This record gives sequence, C-alpha cells and structure tokens, in this order.
Amino acid sequence: MKRVFLFIPLVAFAVLGLLFFLTIDRENKDVLPSPLVGQPFPPFEMSKLLTEEAVSTSALQGKPLLVNVWATWCPTCKAEHAFLNMLAEDGIRIVGINYKDERDKAHQWLTAYGNPYEFNVFDPEGKLGLDLGVYGAPETFLVDSSGVIRAKHVGDLNAAVWQKLEATYQGMK
Amino acid sequence: MMTPLLRLLSVRIFVLALLPSLSWGVVEGHKYPFDNERDIARFQTLAEELRCPKCQNQNLADSNAPVASDMRDKVYELMQDGKSDQEVVDYMVARYGDFVRYRPPVRTSTFLLWFGPLIILIIGALVLVAIRRSSSSRTLDPLSTEEQERLKALRNESSEGNKS
Repeated sequence: MKRVFLFIPLVAFAVLGLLFFLTIDRENKDVLPSPLVGQPFPPFEMSKLLTEEAVSTSALQGKPLLVNVWATWCPTCKAEHAFLNMLAEDGIRIVGINYKDERDKAHQWLTAYGNPYEFNVFDPEGKLGLDLGVYGAPETFLVDSSGVIRAKHVGDLNAAVWQKLEATYQGMK
Repeated sequence: MMTPLLRLLSVRIFVLALLPSLSWGVVEGHKYPFDNERDIARFQTLAEELRCPKCQNQNLADSNAPVASDMRDKVYELMQDGKSDQEVVDYMVARYGDFVRYRPPVRTSTFLLWFGPLIILIIGALVLVAIRRSSSSRTLDPLSTEEQERLKALRNESSEGNKS
C-alpha cells in the first residue's frame, strides 16, 4: 500500500508536464482580449489626415467597416498594407486611424503605397488610440453599421487572419 | 520710476506661482507636478499597480513604451480632474481589460489564479497526512512461541560467534 504513495510525485509531474505541453502555444500572450468588443465605438472629434476637415464618430456609421490603426513608424503596418489595398479593391470599407504620426510622412506613405482608406482620422497624440485600448500598431477593429465594435485583431492583417474575421464581417451586413 | 517696482512684483508673482508646484511625482525620469505629497504617493502607487499592455512584465512606472507614457499622462490628467484611484483604474480597465491590473479581480475566470496555489497546498497537506497515518498505523503481530525460540537461538549463536 505504502509504495503507491511513492509514485505520487512522478504522477503529479507527468500530469503537470502534459498540461503545460498541451497549453504551451494555446495562448498568444501578445494579444490581449479587448473589453471593447460589443461596445460602441468611442466618441471622438478629430480631423481627417489629408483634408484636415473635422470628423466625428458619426462618420463611421451607415455601412460596416474595418477600422485600421496604423503609422508610418510601424514596420508591420507596411507589411499589411498590400493586403489592405486588396481588401479595398474587393469593396470592403476601410477607415484608417493614423496613430501618433506626422501628416507629411503619412501623406507620402499613402502616395507611395496606395490608399485603401475611405478617410483617415489623424490622431497624433494617440488620444483616440487610448480610448480604443490600442497598445501596438497595427490593430484592426470590425465595426458594424450601427457603430458597435464586433471584433478586434492585433497584428497584421493577412489572408489567414482575414479568413477568421471574414465570417464576422459578413455577419455584420 | 515704476519699472523696478513692477519688475520686483513680477518676480514675486513668478516665485509664488512656482510654489504650489514645488513637489513633483517622478516616474521613470518623467516629472509630474503635484501640489501635495498625498497625490504624489497616489500617482506612484497607480503607476506601479497598472501594467503596461505592450511590455507585460512591466508596470507603467517602469516602462519606456510609448503607450505606457500615454497611459501615465492619462492617469495624471484624470487625477488632476479629481478622479479617485478606483475611477482611474476603471478607466484603464474599460479600455485595456483586466490585464492592466497587477491585482486582477476575483471572478470565476480568475478563480484558479487566486486560489490555485492554496488548493495545491491543501492537496499536498492531505497527501502528507495520509502518508504519515498509513506508516504510523502499521502494528506488528507479536511473535509466536516458535519464532521466539528461534530468535533466542539466533541471538545465542551470534553472541557465541562474537566471542570466538
């Protein structure tokens, strides 16, 4: 009987080892769940990047869209830009938030790499970014026609990511 | 004739204007002016208890990440607006989730996080008690007459063996 107890540490070790092994890659710790999913898009009063005219939350409403947070200092944003261009060509509505950036640089970027955005909200101090819980560009939000955030993706958009998000996007129509 | 007087006056006003902001909350080399020590302590505590979402093993006080700096500024701004510590924390949680708190709230999803170690400790203690009990409860059957005879014989044998 007593010998059975001797195996407890071994069994415990094996169980923990298996548990850790199975869960080791399950969670991407760089991606935090956003409390904003299911919440209305935070209200803002800012200016557009190119035309410098005033823009507010109401400009987002009407048609479901992708809100893409980007900056010229962000290498991953460059990596995803071609894919955004492709989505825009497919008729998907994309609004950009130019996050902690400079107008001139952003302008040059859009001229050089193409402009997939219906318009860009210029957020040089990251105020809107803070309200959106942005902690690293690029981040992309799916916003439905009534202005409610339905999903969030941190990191670059690509075909694999879009495959997962597309169902949510189609569901918003 | 008035000029030196005015100058003196303006210098005094300038010095007076500086007085309330003599205390600074210094976090990671960044200065945040406060007019009382209590708020400095509050600011320090908040910056230490809020976690930078970009660099998750650092708090707002330690992190150099731009987002941490924005969040520090926001904490300062909210405090200047007269918000309580809880309101500041709630503001950040509403945007970044429970993750920004180094002390997450007790919920069903955080139950294991809070009580897991205690549960493991209790299981360990129970196992230990079980082991101790099973080893101490072993009682030996008394030797039969035959066995006693044999033991006696063996003892005699060995003591004789030692002598020779």
